[in-house]
Amino acid sequence: MIKEKFTFAEEVKPQAGGGWYLVPADKIVEVCKTLRDDYKFDCLSCLTGIDLVDYFEVVYHLFSYSEKKPLVLKVKLEKQSSTMPSVSAIWPSANWMEREVFDLLGIKFENHPDLRRIMLPEDWAGHPLQKSYKEPEEYCGMSTKR
Amino acid sequence: MIQQLSLLFPMLPMWLVQAIWCGVVAVLLLTFFSLFAGPVSWLERRIAGRIMSRIGPNRVGPQGIIQWLADGVKNFLKEDLIPRDADKILFRFAPYPVFLGVTLTLVTLPFSSLLIGADLNVGLLYIVGAWGLVVIGLIAAGWSSNNKWTLLGGMRSAAQMISYEIPLVLSLLVVVLMSGSLSLQTIISSQGASPVEWFIFSNPFAFIAFVIFMISAVAEGNRTPFDLPEAESELVAGYNTEYSGMRFLFFFFAEWGNLYVIGALAASLFLGGWQIPAGWRNFASAQGPILPHVFEVLMFQLKTWIWVLLIIQLRWTLPRLRVDQLMKVSWKYLTPFAFVSIVGTGLWMVVFPEGWLFMKYLLLFSMLAVIGYFVWRAIWQLRFTKSKADFKLIV
Amino acid sequence: MIRTEEMTISMGPQHPATHGVLRFIVKTDGEVLHEVKPDVGYLHRSMEKIAEKVGYISFQPYTDRIDYVCAMTCNHAYAMAVEKAAGISAPERAEYLRVIASELNRISSHLIMAGVMAMDIGAFTPFIHAIRERETVNDLFEMLCGARLTYNYVRIGGVSFDAPANFKEKCVEFLNHFEPIIDEFNRLISFNKIYVERLANVGVVSREDAIAYNLVGPNLRGSGVRFDVRKDIPYSIYPKIDFNVPVGIGEAGKVGDCYDRYMIRIREMKESCKIVRQALEQMPEGEIMAKVPRKIKPPVTEVYSRCESARGDMGFYLVSDGTDKPYRLKIRTGSFSAMSIVEKIAPGLMIADLVAFISSLDVVAPEVDR
Repeated sequence: MIKEKFTFAEEVKPQAGGGWYLVPADKIVEVCKTLRDDYKFDCLSCLTGIDLVDYFEVVYHLFSYSEKKPLVLKVKLEKQSSTMPSVSAIWPSANWMEREVFDLLGIKFENHPDLRRIMLPEDWAGHPLQKSYKEPEEYCGMSTKR
Repeated sequence: MIQQLSLLFPMLPMWLVQAIWCGVVAVLLLTFFSLFAGPVSWLERRIAGRIMSRIGPNRVGPQGIIQWLADGVKNFLKEDLIPRDADKILFRFAPYPVFLGVTLTLVTLPFSSLLIGADLNVGLLYIVGAWGLVVIGLIAAGWSSNNKWTLLGGMRSAAQMISYEIPLVLSLLVVVLMSGSLSLQTIISSQGASPVEWFIFSNPFAFIAFVIFMISAVAEGNRTPFDLPEAESELVAGYNTEYSGMRFLFFFFAEWGNLYVIGALAASLFLGGWQIPAGWRNFASAQGPILPHVFEVLMFQLKTWIWVLLIIQLRWTLPRLRVDQLMKVSWKYLTPFAFVSIVGTGLWMVVFPEGWLFMKYLLLFSMLAVIGYFVWRAIWQLRFTKSKADFKLIV
Repeated sequence: MIRTEEMTISMGPQHPATHGVLRFIVKTDGEVLHEVKPDVGYLHRSMEKIAEKVGYISFQPYTDRIDYVCAMTCNHAYAMAVEKAAGISAPERAEYLRVIASELNRISSHLIMAGVMAMDIGAFTPFIHAIRERETVNDLFEMLCGARLTYNYVRIGGVSFDAPANFKEKCVEFLNHFEPIIDEFNRLISFNKIYVERLANVGVVSREDAIAYNLVGPNLRGSGVRFDVRKDIPYSIYPKIDFNVPVGIGEAGKVGDCYDRYMIRIREMKESCKIVRQALEQMPEGEIMAKVPRKIKPPVTEVYSRCESARGDMGFYLVSDGTDKPYRLKIRTGSFSAMSIVEKIAPGLMIADLVAFISSLDVVAPEVDR
């Protein structure tokens, strides 16, 4: 159904595992809003990012409680900008999940109400889940290695 | 008493006799107070252990009975910490009004017809006034610690104690109405040894007053379900968060001392105090002048300890109220009912100047029925739990 | 000059009611909260990064530490995710043992929640009673795998040890003992007037909010949504077992208040007893471990597997690149999203209510931070 509605969404079906839809970053808010309002995907059960070295992937696991079915959306994100719109206005649960993705992967979400680090301290350098991440030698004068 | 003493020592001037007498009484009462508060802390922990199906302190002395001494020594040796930004004078001062407020009430508690620090003719008023000192200490402790949790605790205790003082005093007025006196000895003398002669069973309104008295006294003593000022899961430890060592202990001295004061007041105001049956009195008087007083003291202690134990069990059974519910209980239920019981008792005394024996027996037996049901339920539960608590998985 | 201002209090990280190391920056007007900002991350260990370094098999013990109160289900959820990716299927006896272990662990986790809830409301005794019962569950786990807190029992492809010969009878003995204990616990605290008054109509999470904020498990069911991963996305042997899913009906106040969330857990303990009984009855003899290569190398794929832990839907999102280490492992937990709703619900509550609300969400700090 999503195929007819959004012609720009590209359906990916790997040999193993479930498939997903690839959505351009600038369209994600529109897609999510329609999915929530018209297709009853009332819950964003998981939002996460993957660092695929050349580019980032942001993965949305949606779930519809009324129809009990899941849906996976993916967004490819260039590393240079690594900025994409936030869906926290659509699902409030995205608020913290986007903060976590920002904290650990460094993806910035536009229009996010409160984009701060959530797990790591405010003054931590780097984003640990990036593949190129090097653990800093010390933090605030404390050695991180023993 | 003082007159008799000054006759015994005619060479001493009157003021000296009085001073010595005051000193002796003060030392005796303080000793009694510490000797009560210490073991009762051990007792409470043992009872709590039983209720929670664990053991409780049992290492220091037989069955851990001198655990409280070890705790006392430990607390003496602890450093008396004062937070850097605390109001130092107030912080040092705060435990004393708390301690004092509770100990001062002991002065007018009648342990027997003779054993009383001072039988003031405004005894009841004095007790209420002295008890009110506690709240000053708690607020001072909460404020001076310069900690927001203690501040909240202090504020809670102020709100709580002031609002519960009202139903407390009103329910005491019922007793004053019936006995026509504020002196505790007179109040006890106007009751009798038999339960039907006690004030609690004299009319239904007095019974209500007794219930109100117990509830608000428990609230005055900061005991669960009214332990909001020191609600450890909400306010860390309430007003005494920053205290350590002996100053910390003073607060707990007061808490356990309060238990005794509550029990003793309930016993002497509503339950006939030290009154013993005439048969016992005749028997005891025949043995000498001391024995009747021993009997009286024992009777008074028995009645007091029943309430002490009851309040301890309440603490380990009930959850805690919320602040607004606490206020609601006081202002919406206890205070109006206290007024009703005052008016009702007045009317009752006009309608039945000699009392109505049927109603007294009715109240007595309904109370006994409640106690009987409680005991039956407790035994049933104990049997149930015993079969369950012995369960052991041997791996 | 006299002025009024809101009091900002830092509740935690060291506070008796924060169940581990959580922190709330609280703005209050006296007792009434105006704003609550949860501040998490004090227990962040970057589990997901560790997973990328240590590989599939070595990460198994780490899953215990995600949620130490209910470690079995974390083990189970992780094992399921890797099995799904690598195409391993565990023997049937192992599946039964997994379910028995998970449900026993659910009982022990809910016991902790119920006890801590009572303790936060001010009654100490129920906590100790709950812990007493939990000890016997731990004894059973000790029989199974020798550990009492972090079990590492469910492994990829099966379970680590077979149940000892007398396990079944000991387990039934425990259940016979435990089911009446739930009723006793209810008599002790659940139906206590003060307790009900403290919890009813406090921290009401509406059905819509619960779904939008992604609450899962008992918290979601407390708001009246009949959804249980065990029933609706069945896994393991749950389809073969008959059990009910308790849902909040607002028995003391509104649907979705703290009391509903509390009673759901009490009822779930009874349901878990039922499940364990049935599983013990049906459990077949046989192998407990499938043939698993020394180095698990799933094909290039990605799986999202969901499992019902004691704190609800626990998701492992696993991206594999064909090596023996996960390319990316995202652990999606119930406590994390439960914490995010505090900010929405808390304004207007009192400090004492906040404590009740947090413990009714049954948040476990390491699961929030991972």
